[in-house]
Amino acid sequence: MLFLFWTDVLIFLLVGMVLIFVLYARRREHLRAPWREVGRSGVAMGSLVVLVFYVAIGLLDSIHFRPALSPNEDNGQVKYANEIVSVFDWLVTPLKIREEKTYSAPFAAFLYTKETVELPDGRQRRQFPRLKYGASHLTDPETEKTTDIVTTGMLAAVKGLLVWGVLCTVVIAALGKWKHQALRSVLGQMRAGQTTVRWRSMLYTLGVLVVLSFVAADLSMKYHILGTDKVGENVFYQALKSIRTGLVIGTLTTLIMLPFAVLLGLMAGYFRGWVDDVIQYLYTTLSSIPGVLLIAAAVLILQVYLDNHADEFSSVSERADLRLLFLCLILGVTSWTSLCRYLRGETLKLREVDYIQAATALGVRHFTILTRHILPNVMHIVLITVVLDFSALVLAEAVLSYVQIGVDPTMNSWGNMINSARLEMAREPIVWWSLFSAFIFMFSLVLAANLFSDALRDAFDPRLRQQR
Amino acid sequence: MIAYIVRRLLYAMPILIGVNLLTFVLFFVVNTPDDIARSQLGDRRVTVQAIDTWKRSHGYHKPMIYNGNAQGFGKLTDTVFFQKSLRLFAFDFGRSDSGRDIGYDIGQRMWPSLAIAVPTLVVGILVNITFGLLIAFFRGTYIDFWGVVTCVILLSVSSLFYIIGGQYLLSKLFHLVPISGYDTGVNAFKFLLLPVVVGVVSGIGSGTRWYRTLFLEEIGKDYVRTARAKGLSEQRVLFRHVLRNALIPLLTGIVVVLPLLFMGSLIVESFFGVPGLGSYTIDGIQRQDFAIVRSMVFLGSVLYIIGLLLTDISYTLVDPRVRLQ
Amino acid sequence: MSDAFITVSDLSTHLGSDTRPIRAVDGISFEIKKGETFALLGESGCGKSMTALSLMRLLPVSGRIMSGEVRFRSQDLLKLSEAEMRGVRGGGMTMIFQEPMTSLNPVLTIGEQISEALRVHLGETGTTAREHVLDLLDAVRIPDPGKRIHEYPHQLSGGMKQRVMIAIALAGQPDLLIADEPTTALDVTIQAQVLDLMQQLQQQRGMAIFLITHDLGVVAEMADHIAVMYAGQIVEQAERETFFSNPSHPYSRKLFESLPTMAKRDQALYVIKGFVPSLQGRFEGCRFAPRCDHAMTVCHERPPTWHVAGRRQVLCHLYTRGEDVTRLNEPPITSTPVGCFSQTERESEPLLQVRALQVHFPIEAGLFKRTVGHVRAVDGVDMAIRNGRTLALVGESGCGKTTVGKSILQLIRPTGGSVRFDGAELTRLSHSELRRRRSDFQIIFQDPYSSMNPRMLVGDIVAEGMKVQSAGDTADKRRERVERQLQRVGISARSVARYPHEFSGGQRQRISIARALAVEPKLIICDEPTSALDVSVQAQILNLLQELQKEFGISYLFITHNMSVVSYIADEIAIMYLGRIVERGTVRDVLRSPQHPYTQALLSAVPTLDPEAQREVIRLQGDIPSPSNPPTGCYFHPRCPKSMDICRQRYPRRSPVNEHHYVDCHLYTVDEPNPVGIKS
Repeated sequence: MLFLFWTDVLIFLLVGMVLIFVLYARRREHLRAPWREVGRSGVAMGSLVVLVFYVAIGLLDSIHFRPALSPNEDNGQVKYANEIVSVFDWLVTPLKIREEKTYSAPFAAFLYTKETVELPDGRQRRQFPRLKYGASHLTDPETEKTTDIVTTGMLAAVKGLLVWGVLCTVVIAALGKWKHQALRSVLGQMRAGQTTVRWRSMLYTLGVLVVLSFVAADLSMKYHILGTDKVGENVFYQALKSIRTGLVIGTLTTLIMLPFAVLLGLMAGYFRGWVDDVIQYLYTTLSSIPGVLLIAAAVLILQVYLDNHADEFSSVSERADLRLLFLCLILGVTSWTSLCRYLRGETLKLREVDYIQAATALGVRHFTILTRHILPNVMHIVLITVVLDFSALVLAEAVLSYVQIGVDPTMNSWGNMINSARLEMAREPIVWWSLFSAFIFMFSLVLAANLFSDALRDAFDPRLRQQR
Repeated sequence: MIAYIVRRLLYAMPILIGVNLLTFVLFFVVNTPDDIARSQLGDRRVTVQAIDTWKRSHGYHKPMIYNGNAQGFGKLTDTVFFQKSLRLFAFDFGRSDSGRDIGYDIGQRMWPSLAIAVPTLVVGILVNITFGLLIAFFRGTYIDFWGVVTCVILLSVSSLFYIIGGQYLLSKLFHLVPISGYDTGVNAFKFLLLPVVVGVVSGIGSGTRWYRTLFLEEIGKDYVRTARAKGLSEQRVLFRHVLRNALIPLLTGIVVVLPLLFMGSLIVESFFGVPGLGSYTIDGIQRQDFAIVRSMVFLGSVLYIIGLLLTDISYTLVDPRVRLQ
Repeated sequence: MSDAFITVSDLSTHLGSDTRPIRAVDGISFEIKKGETFALLGESGCGKSMTALSLMRLLPVSGRIMSGEVRFRSQDLLKLSEAEMRGVRGGGMTMIFQEPMTSLNPVLTIGEQISEALRVHLGETGTTAREHVLDLLDAVRIPDPGKRIHEYPHQLSGGMKQRVMIAIALAGQPDLLIADEPTTALDVTIQAQVLDLMQQLQQQRGMAIFLITHDLGVVAEMADHIAVMYAGQIVEQAERETFFSNPSHPYSRKLFESLPTMAKRDQALYVIKGFVPSLQGRFEGCRFAPRCDHAMTVCHERPPTWHVAGRRQVLCHLYTRGEDVTRLNEPPITSTPVGCFSQTERESEPLLQVRALQVHFPIEAGLFKRTVGHVRAVDGVDMAIRNGRTLALVGESGCGKTTVGKSILQLIRPTGGSVRFDGAELTRLSHSELRRRRSDFQIIFQDPYSSMNPRMLVGDIVAEGMKVQSAGDTADKRRERVERQLQRVGISARSVARYPHEFSGGQRQRISIARALAVEPKLIICDEPTSALDVSVQAQILNLLQELQKEFGISYLFITHNMSVVSYIADEIAIMYLGRIVERGTVRDVLRSPQHPYTQALLSAVPTLDPEAQREVIRLQGDIPSPSNPPTGCYFHPRCPKSMDICRQRYPRRSPVNEHHYVDCHLYTVDEPNPVGIKS
């Protein structure tokens, strides 16, 4: 049975908006031209592939349902489980259910802590017990493990390469058909990096990702490739689940704040006078409160509210989702002011520009001037801000969760992973894998987003372009 | 000038009232004082009496904004809003929900915060300007390209990892400095070193890139061409002409955060166990102490407004074109 | 020649990418003699600025010198190291730029900026340097140098800043001053001052000037030797007299012929067809051939070679083949005269009647932002325009002429006075009433790049006014009308689906005109519509405006500072100074016999094309005062060469010179009793 969280609804709304924008932009040269510029940048297109990869996981993780239990004998009615899982959970079920007792290192065959085990002869000994799932197929992990990892990994890599080869052929064939060129010439241009869109770097990045996925998937069936955490949960699974949280924070926050920032910014700049005074007062007041404190206060309040109204939520995950949404909301409240101020300044400049004056002289109405003349000419600022904000928000999530004013502690997020791992820093040998996993996943997402937004900014901000 | 400052301070009043109203609404309208009392007392089934006692002892028993029972001004002053919020205007922070004098605590904890924030800021700016100028000097070369790439990589790393990495490397691996803690006097140095280094390093990525943009923007201007046409050397063009002009946005960007240095850094302080205002705030948040959070919100707003004012004044000092009116 | 001290041979400079470079300078050669003024004349984008920057080796990052030799003081500048080159820059040769506003460092005092050059080239510091700075400021005729030395650029006017630039340039005691459009950004009276200063300094110091300009008038005034540049090449070189008496290259001739003058009033101007070619491509034949009326087959096939005849060199096949070059003189284009005042028109009520128009912007200060004064941008303007006529509103920058235009259209609401248009009082109309009437009066702006929304299709831009003003139209009908309008202004109907950035400046100006025409206005306010355009394109636009007036009987309010345009297009003229009109009348009357001292000075400052004409330039002292604090009495008196006591006391009344010619000046006030106690 399909189940919709609030954030799911908003995410698909956002996806829909992006699709509509793409369809709209396709027909407009001034919108297409900067995107073509982005397409020429190899780094940007490589980053885009990484981002799409993340988004795909995030989207799969945003379709939730209650799995059907085996039909009840009595009345034949299908009962649904209380637990809400996503399509992604369903795909990676093995990762999810194979839980150990507590910590274990990546690729370990033994638990991190010693346990008292009763030997067959009745004596008791403290030793590192074998893991229930990790490397359980090996009889003597000490000697077999390395060979097994290498062979499994190589085999998976070969599989990945084959799949990548098929993908490449499909892309090249499609391109050749679209451009009415022979496959050989498409391939030649692509390898020389002469295509208008940098297919070469996209396909190379795709290759790396596909091979990595295959290797990770195959190894995961036998090992905990990134170890397990305190309660024995697979860290790789946690890191993957955290992707959705990061993406939600990074995108929904801007989605929530955009209407306010754009509407108020344009109005303040265009109408001036008392409208401007009121809006300026509003954003000065809001921005004068230190952001972290406002978030802290708001989350605190929410926590009290949730505590007192606990019975209104059917499940923990529903509560966690509401908290996530609320966090996006409050982050939006703290972050719209700078964009609003920027848009106000731009609008103030634009309203004196000749073509706005010409429109006024033609008798065009205020609303039309705002939507037809001013909005399209500040859209690039909005776009650049959205993309730049994304990585900042993903990073902010980790910090906030660390201060315990972020997402719900039960929710998978990189911040929560870091936070729980930090407590184990003092242990010897050090429990590093949770930190490491959170670092790798966060870093590659944020780096890809930053590289992409750089290219985007260069393409959309003509002032910067001139400097090159 | 004086008139300008007075006017700006007068403008600040409605903003501070707005801030207070906002926090007040946030605190007491979403959750009634009863809710707060219940969660503070920690038990779902507390008696009405216990709640009343808690409210009375913490001053939440009065009407919210308007007290119909009181006399004269008391109608407005003998209320939760006035008692809890407007008193802040006299910097009377009152007592925290756990009973301590907030004003005294702030006075005590301000200094460790400053001891970390000021060196971090100063060293950070110097390092960033140096790197920024260096990259701008070699603009269009491989140094520029890889410098920018390094910056992007550096700024893609969460600040948490800088702290954890710093603690691991310097303290755990090399045993150079203690992992965390704080001391007064000269001894404070060894505790301050790590937080400052971490603070500076974590800011290099974004800082250097931002300064490079500033410098490049100035380098593209006409007056730089004039300076070159005079026959000045590239170093002189950079230091005397470009830097002087780029300093304007740079300096004013710094001035605005100066007052907020008092507030300290939440994460750094709590990670390193520094008893500053940042960790004070975190403690307040984690103990759900509304009085502390509210006081810090107010203090933060006041400092921000002072920062804005200082920014305007600093413009007149560094930019001959700007005059306040 | 032996007396040449800078010789440029075969200089080529490329911009942009390596694969498709812009060949901004494509193999040019010339030499400059000691103490002479060498002018490089050309339209925008022909590569003249890049030539200058190549000499100084100050090219932008994307620019590089591909080949050639610049021999200066017996060294090849292109082979010097960067450090050696720094000694030449500011020392041997020096440069001043077009934009004095942005060319000085805003945060250093002008004293610091001048002494910096002294330190580098003469090693002077301290008091010696200070004395020298004062001398230099004095030499460039900056009043009160002791005070100015401590001032920042923003405290100086545009003309002053350009003088400071010259002072900086002089500091290294150069032999060659490169001046890149030094007066283009300045008003005509200020331009006269600066040009005069440059000439004097040249005589005193014996330095050569390499003058880069697009203005034939400035060339006529200044140059000893002239080179005409077109599409990255020099196409003609000659001594001044030779050049002006008989320009040889077809392009040079076209430049002269497309200049608007009073003599050409009753005919269309010559235009150069087509566009300046892109410098990214390779050329087969002569670069001008596609636009040349005399192009032969050979012109398209082979690049021409230099033809040297006496003091003249031309790069044109016509001469190398020995053609009869006299046939270049075409018969003038005749067209029906615009006509003079007819009796009926004089009687009829004017289309637009402006009385005592005021636009004051409040200045706020103090604790509670009280209004402490007003910027009197427009301070009591009267004017009238009749149906189908053109009134030129002339004045220098900052005099409020654009504000007059916008306040007539109610884009800026006037603070006082009346604007009567076709029987309606515009200042009193409500918002919606005004909106309905807006189709009657339209505006065309100066800058063709900012006058159209870059994110709208040309078709939508032109249709926008129609949609508002005649809402009932069907989409098909509207599209048909849009296409008709575009064709009317000479733009292909297919352009509806293209964006403004795909068009050149002149074409955009045409689209702007189409947008205004689309709502069938009775009056168009043209706010410097041609001042951002090259001369040849300006001619096209002026021709178009003339035709439209004849066809539709539109009236124009033509706001400009360009006297030659005024003399060509306007019927009447109003001279504006500091928010007020000081003189108005028919063009012939005012231009032939100006009465107001300001008008006289303004007209005398315009450089003339005839190098032989000995004109007396009336020099105005100082700059235009600020409109927030105008002088007492006559606003012009502090700069007026004929100012009297009464001018300081009272603003003059309007005095008629003849039936159509009025002037606001005490010199002409008759039968007015002197106020008590004032000696006249």
